[in-house]
Amino acid sequence: MSVRLMQGNEACAEGALAAGCRFFSGYPITPSSEIAEILSRRLPALGGVFMEMEDEIAGIAAAIGASVGGMKSLTATSGPGFSLMQENIGYAAMTEIPCVIVNVQRTGPSTGLPTSPAQGDVMQSRWGTHGDHPIIVLCPSSVAETFHLTVTAFNFSEKYRTPVVLLMDEVVAHMRERFEPPAPEAVEIVHRMGTDVPPDWYYPYDETPTDVPPLVSFGQGFRYHVTGLMHDRAGFPTERRDEINAWLKRVFGKINHHVSDICLYAEDGTQDANTLVIAYGSTARSAQHAVKLARARRRKVGLLKMLTLWPFAESVVEDLAEGVRSVVVPEMNLGQLALEVERIVGRKKVLRVNRADGEMVTPQQILQAIEERQA
Amino acid sequence: MKTADQDETRIYDYLRHKKKFPNVWCAGCGIGIVMHAIVRAVDRLGLSKDEVAMISGIGCTGRMPVYVDFNTMHTTHGRALAFATGLKMARPDMHVIVVMGDGDALAIGGNHFIHAARRNINLTTIVVNNHIYGMTGGQHSPTTPTHRLASTTPYGNVEQPFPICDLAKAAGAAFVARSTVFHATELDRFIESAIVKRGFALVEAVSYCHTTYGRMNKLGTAVDMMRALKERSVPAEAAAKLSADELQDKIVRGVLLDRECPEYTQLYAEVVKKAQAAAARA
Repeated sequence: MSVRLMQGNEACAEGALAAGCRFFSGYPITPSSEIAEILSRRLPALGGVFMEMEDEIAGIAAAIGASVGGMKSLTATSGPGFSLMQENIGYAAMTEIPCVIVNVQRTGPSTGLPTSPAQGDVMQSRWGTHGDHPIIVLCPSSVAETFHLTVTAFNFSEKYRTPVVLLMDEVVAHMRERFEPPAPEAVEIVHRMGTDVPPDWYYPYDETPTDVPPLVSFGQGFRYHVTGLMHDRAGFPTERRDEINAWLKRVFGKINHHVSDICLYAEDGTQDANTLVIAYGSTARSAQHAVKLARARRRKVGLLKMLTLWPFAESVVEDLAEGVRSVVVPEMNLGQLALEVERIVGRKKVLRVNRADGEMVTPQQILQAIEERQA
Repeated sequence: MKTADQDETRIYDYLRHKKKFPNVWCAGCGIGIVMHAIVRAVDRLGLSKDEVAMISGIGCTGRMPVYVDFNTMHTTHGRALAFATGLKMARPDMHVIVVMGDGDALAIGGNHFIHAARRNINLTTIVVNNHIYGMTGGQHSPTTPTHRLASTTPYGNVEQPFPICDLAKAAGAAFVARSTVFHATELDRFIESAIVKRGFALVEAVSYCHTTYGRMNKLGTAVDMMRALKERSVPAEAAAKLSADELQDKIVRGVLLDRECPEYTQLYAEVVKKAQAAAARA
């Protein structure tokens, strides 16, 4: 019997195709390049479009342009490219155009350590573009999760009309695991909501019960305006406070009112735990092992693996942290998601385990932190 | 059937005149003339408004799409061509018109400009060249002539201006033409040809900014600057007979390039066919 080993980046490309992505535009950068390479081969065969652009700014711009034309679109990059994309990520958030941005994190800042792993872009993925805006950020810790979260990224993007960032790290992107993608019919796919009203009645930024307005592609008889300026429900620029505040309320509402749908996580042994480890990405794998080692030593330790980083699952963390003495937050950065955890549970309860030198956080480091707190 | 240039009221059908006017441009600005030239070209070609998209970046010209009743998108500074490339690939059947100012197209957007031309993708690109950043208060742009004054060159500009048309030709465009906002009907024709052309088609519409550039360089009113466009311009055929010295400070008008070369969306359709045939064999 043969066993299929799949790489994280490959699972991302396959997940995108399974989700219905038919447009990719990007710029080469390690450790994300395999996503582009695979899609350059696969997309044309599916009648899709692959474009290698002149830079990452053009990569995300073309992806947004294609999405306005009705195609589910993707771009993929790593830290330096992600920095370049920030302005247009804000444009996608402002104009509520669905698109998925993959950032395979490597050690930064700047060119950093090409291409050692890191998780240093957690805060950038939330606040990288200027101004208040909502965004969804998903973070896989395995090859299988990469496939499924890529599909979910497209589904959330379409359902909530928002850019979605898939925040991978170099370890997850390049590791190979046994994984067989599900049959296409077994993959649940969401498409953006259209409209059945006549063009004159269509408002691309209308208030709706879900806070998500329907989106009609260009060229279908609904001639509307898209702008990065603050706009009214028809999409035209506005400086009226009542319209600006209505927009802010709606775009934050469309995410905040659906956190129970958007915030994905997995718990392991949290019921009787007195120590809680909160981890994500490849560090969650180290954490998993550390929890196993600690349990073997009869420590009561639970693991909360965050699959959605933003919006931050406040109530989940609040509930789980209530019954424990301490919370350990290991990260391949100098403390980013820990800031959110501390905000929810208080600084005294949190023990950070950090490194940003291009190496993974080891299970032993996490185990040591667990035992330090339990001693 | 009357065309829009014979019947001015027909223009209204292409404008969001009940919703969005008056416009943001200064009285006497040339950008409105370019907008109407585009509308007249679209009207003459008999295109449906649904099949036309207008994409812009940031700046005075960037505000144009809000006024026309097409599928319109006002994107980020310099990136209009990159957004338009994505849209064009998703909807190759649509006529995608990109409007930019000189700073938008050639400074912050210079990289996208040369690469869109290099790909020879079927986009109609119109650069309204007023030699200045108007909206931000008259800072010098990549097309500000040497020695001229701008709000950021108080001692005179020491940089040399980008020749927009030469840049597009060298980068691989299929069609390049230049006219001015004084020569409005010529502009109509060039834009019409650019829309029809399969490939990257550039029209440089030379305009002016009397509120910033004109004021700082003491070039008079909008009318004076309009008159200067008339006096300084030379048809390409006549320019061919002039020496380099005689062409100093002249605006050469005309179709400067019109060549047949493989267009990107068509080439890409071939890639798809090839990939699908390979997939069918496998």
